[in-house]
Amino acid sequence: MSQAATQDNDLLDAVFAALADPTRRAMLGRLARGEVSVSELAKPFNLSQPAITKHLKVLERAGLVNRSRRGQQRPAVLNPERLDEASRCLEAYRQIWEANFSRLDQLLAEGELPSPPDDPA
Amino acid sequence: MTTQVTRSGDRELVITRRFNAPRAQVFDAFTHPEWVKRWLHGPEGWTLETCEIDLQKGGAFRYQWRGDKGEVMGMSGRFLSVDRPEKTVHTEIFDEDWTGGETRVTTAYFEEGQGTRVEMTILYASLEVREGAIESGMADGMEASFAALEATLIQ
Repeated sequence: MSQAATQDNDLLDAVFAALADPTRRAMLGRLARGEVSVSELAKPFNLSQPAITKHLKVLERAGLVNRSRRGQQRPAVLNPERLDEASRCLEAYRQIWEANFSRLDQLLAEGELPSPPDDPA
Repeated sequence: MTTQVTRSGDRELVITRRFNAPRAQVFDAFTHPEWVKRWLHGPEGWTLETCEIDLQKGGAFRYQWRGDKGEVMGMSGRFLSVDRPEKTVHTEIFDEDWTGGETRVTTAYFEEGQGTRVEMTILYASLEVREGAIESGMADGMEASFAALEATLIQ
């Protein structure tokens, strides 16, 4: 594997890991509505600011969030480019369903499913 | 026709698929536990180990999947309406509530030539929650879809 591909894989791993946590997914949801301060971001969660900052760092490492600098403040902002890539996961989601439906195709084709006992048709 | 997944409005996700089988049979394959268990395995490497469905208005259901590393994923819900073989409407929620509360799922079965088109419309609590669900779908389906994703991302 090329070095570039390895780096991309590492980044992809970071994205998956970042998205695996429900709090971080909810944080992304809030960030999708616009730039927000860390204290603002912490509000809907029953979490301390350090805990939120820790989650933010995971999101930053995955490239999903950037921290801008405004005087003393460092509001968090969504990285739309990265999210574009993440939106491709609709395809991954689709593939899960397709794999399941393909199995059903096979069952239907094999006539494996007996008629229901009280078939009114 | 392979599976289509599309966003609809701000809060809905629509999953559409055609099957080469009569409508009543497809309806039953989606609503009878012994049949659902045969195909709704979830993400790659998982199986549906528990499936209980009380198929009637107000009836409850419970699905529980198990991953190949012993992970467990459960979901419960209740039917708001059951009209065999045209339509069911139910609410559902995963044990680890990653959809910010219940979602409402309308499953419609349309006769299409010799086959049946199934259209599942999932209504989420908000746009953010819908996007989160799609993303976690990616995380769950990581192994199954990794090669495809890799191909897309590494161009």
